[in-house]
Amino acid sequence: MYKIVDKEFFSENVVKLEVEAPLIAKARKPGNFVIVRVGENGERIPLTIASADEKKGTITLVAQRVGVSSTKLTDLNVGDELTDLVGPLGKPTDIEKYGTVVCAGGGVGVAPLLPIVEGMKKAGNKVIVVLAARNKDLIILEKQMRELADEVIIMTDDGSAGKKGLVTNGIEEVILREKVDLCVTIGPAIMMKFVSLLTKKYNLPTIASLNTIMVDGTGMCGACRVTVGGKTKFVCVDGPEFDAHQVDFDEMMMRLGAYKELEKEDLYKIGK
Amino acid sequence: MALEDRNEAWRDELRKSISGKERTSTPRVKMNELDAKIRARSYDEVNQGLTEEQARKEATRCMDCPNPTCMEGCPVGINIPGFIKNIERGEYVEAAKVLRQTSALPAVCGRVCPQEKQCESQCFYKLKLKKEPVAIGYLERFAADFERNSGKMEAPQTAPKNGIKVAAVGSGPAGLSFAGDMAKLGYEVTVFEALHEIGGVLKYGIPGFRLPNEIVDVEIDNLKKMGVKFEKNTIVGKTIGTKDLEAAGFKGLFVASGAGLPRFMNIKGENLIGIMSSNEYLTRVNLMRANTKESDTPVLRGKNVAVIGGGNTAMDSVRTALRLGAERAMLVYRRSEEEMPARLEEVHHAKEEGVEFMTLHNPIEYIGDEKGRVTTMRLQKMQLGEPDASGRRSPIAIEGGIIDVPVDVVIVSIGVSPNPIVPNSVAGLEVSAKGTIVVNDKLQSSIPTLFAGGDIVRGGATVILAMGDGRKAAAEMHKYLSGN
Ligand SMILES: Cc1cc2nc3c(=O)[nH]c(=O)nc-3n(C[C@H](O)[C@H](O)[C@H](O)COP(=O)(O)OP(=O)(O)OC[C@H]3O[C@@H](n4cnc5c(N)ncnc54)[C@H](O)[C@@H]3O)c2cc1C
Ligand SMILES: Cc1cc2nc3c(=O)[nH]c(=O)nc-3n(C[C@H](O)[C@H](O)[C@H](O)COP(=O)(O)OP(=O)(O)OC[C@H]3O[C@@H](n4cnc5c(N)ncnc54)[C@H](O)[C@@H]3O)c2cc1C
Ligand code: FES
Repeated sequence: MYKIVDKEFFSENVVKLEVEAPLIAKARKPGNFVIVRVGENGERIPLTIASADEKKGTITLVAQRVGVSSTKLTDLNVGDELTDLVGPLGKPTDIEKYGTVVCAGGGVGVAPLLPIVEGMKKAGNKVIVVLAARNKDLIILEKQMRELADEVIIMTDDGSAGKKGLVTNGIEEVILREKVDLCVTIGPAIMMKFVSLLTKKYNLPTIASLNTIMVDGTGMCGACRVTVGGKTKFVCVDGPEFDAHQVDFDEMMMRLGAYKELEKEDLYKIGK
Repeated sequence: MALEDRNEAWRDELRKSISGKERTSTPRVKMNELDAKIRARSYDEVNQGLTEEQARKEATRCMDCPNPTCMEGCPVGINIPGFIKNIERGEYVEAAKVLRQTSALPAVCGRVCPQEKQCESQCFYKLKLKKEPVAIGYLERFAADFERNSGKMEAPQTAPKNGIKVAAVGSGPAGLSFAGDMAKLGYEVTVFEALHEIGGVLKYGIPGFRLPNEIVDVEIDNLKKMGVKFEKNTIVGKTIGTKDLEAAGFKGLFVASGAGLPRFMNIKGENLIGIMSSNEYLTRVNLMRANTKESDTPVLRGKNVAVIGGGNTAMDSVRTALRLGAERAMLVYRRSEEEMPARLEEVHHAKEEGVEFMTLHNPIEYIGDEKGRVTTMRLQKMQLGEPDASGRRSPIAIEGGIIDVPVDVVIVSIGVSPNPIVPNSVAGLEVSAKGTIVVNDKLQSSIPTLFAGGDIVRGGATVILAMGDGRKAAAEMHKYLSGN
């Protein structure tokens, strides 16, 4: 079960895995995620379903190495099996024809953006993708995005690829240039916060996909809770996508740090 | 019917063998327990069970009443004198057989049932003699454990396979009991479970120091031997729909998806780091084994831990906090100890282990540091007023009675709601305003082939009621599917 049938490195720390999961491949929709566990002592970690092949019965995950669990996962090879895989979880993205959609991704957020870009395009939207990273080497999925989107804008902190600047500079450039109907943003919380602040200024409806800490992914624990519009929501069942302008990103960032110290203690497990 | 028939010659003889006076003058047995100081830092089971000698002696206390009122106190009507008298005559495996006629999980129920509110509250000793009741729960556990350890526990006989496929959604006590009975009747049973382990609350909720995993695993193994299939990591309503199951040939569905959603109080500061639901806390420890070094799942270990609530889940959380090394483990409950819904034994155990009870206190706000970690809980002092709808005296705030208590971990354990995944995913399924699945007296929902039971129907209830529902649903579904 859950056998890895294909593996590809998108960059040193970003790995694509294609995994056997026929039921999930059939049931999933863009925006859905899965929970993965590697090893009997493994943690349950959430990953977006980047794409699926219903005929082959496989789903594709794109995972970035950040700590112990994502390293264990990305160290697996073709032929290995995931210990557990459950999904599809979360509400799917509202894919419809909006007009012009800007999809802005940074870091790990780029992979989950892929199925949304694909869906939005299929629904007849003009899709402009803004990818941001610190430098050229950290830009991932550019090729795949170019195949799907009408335009791809690359932003790097150091200008080593595309334009020099932040993701927000890229989005603002588009907003000033043409009429945009929707912005979708996925990436580090701090990035989404600034994207949200920018689009609020322009009254541009914005969806953010939140990557909070999770345990079960089915609404059972509340580890994933965030405040949206002054109310507590569970990202795994009420989200992961929310109206960015309503999200309390400061609280979310704070909560993402809950286990920082404990995570460091575990790093010896991956030889660090 | 020799095993539990009161009119059998051996039973009659047994009754005459000891005088009533001798029986009633025997004091109630004391459970053998691990020392409170040692166990408060260990996950070993607190109750060590009765020895054979203790059990037989306790069994003699039972008067073998002609109209056993204790049975009226049992939600599933176990033949209590029937099994106890088998213990008295030394036939422990037979005693377990009597239990199994009614209960699918006697080793579990003997450990976790609130006996003091059920069978033991209706015992002749309690009602008529005003003495301590017969230790029915301890004896139930004794018989079930004896059977398990004797190696004589066989998987029950199953009828020849009838080729009809049925499924249970959820592998808690309700789903497991349903699966067992349907397998016995010859059905091909599949149990779908959302998590990566089988057992529901028995695994992820109730800690090992109260209910060791092995006890549940034995039952699961037995079901496997009977041919029951388990599909883990499968969420019905997400991974696979009820329509898909129908298409795959399942003729009946028993939804036993539990009441797994945690409630919060929605007070200021509740999303600070260090504040979590008891479900999260217990899942991290019991399911993910975050208390062990090898586990990749972290858990916050606080010095000053407060648990909010007064039920079994709250007791389990606060005692877990001790085992994770808390220096001060507090239980904050807005009513008085008398109104606590937790099992009496857990309250005693928690106190012995050093849990600080802060009854008549209610949190109104949490305050954190610059990193967003909780540092203080603000408590409102309460007093009891008039009885409310639940019959319990309702707590009212004492004006000006506010105190601040330093905390670094807070576990919110104020109740759970039904799991909405199945109710939301099945078109035409009648659901109550509270989110529970509506069923008739046959546990059949508005969709004739869909039965439901346990916490998804009752809201947070008990293991024995869930077990009873599983068995009842099996019987009713069998009648329905065989056209009776
Ligand atoms: C709905 C959802 C979808 C996701 N999809 C993807 C995906 O498609 N690809 C992918 O690579 N990751 C995705 N993530 C994030 C992924 O789950 C985390 O990166 C992973 O759990 C980290 O585990 P770890 O043990 O390797 O790192 P940890 O040891 O837990 O963390 C290492 C470092 O990463 C930071 N970190 C931990 N969790 C997150 C997080 N959720 N977001 C940002 N930083 C975090 C920590 O603060 C810490 O500094 C998703 C998260 C959610 C909630
Ligand atoms: C910490 C704690 C302590 C308790 N202590 C006691 C006690 O001492 N005595 C007592 O009598 N009772 C106790 N209870 C209550 C008791 O455990 C429950 O009443 C009982 O477990 C309910 O059984 P159930 O089979 O209905 O559901 P559960 O045991 O909740 O099992 C439901 C299962 O269904 C799964 N599921 C949910 N949705 C889906 C889906 N869509 N697809 C597939 N699977 C799904 C869940 O993951 C879960 O495993 C306690 C509860 C808790 C949480
Ligand atoms: S991850 Fe547990 S409730 Fe969302």
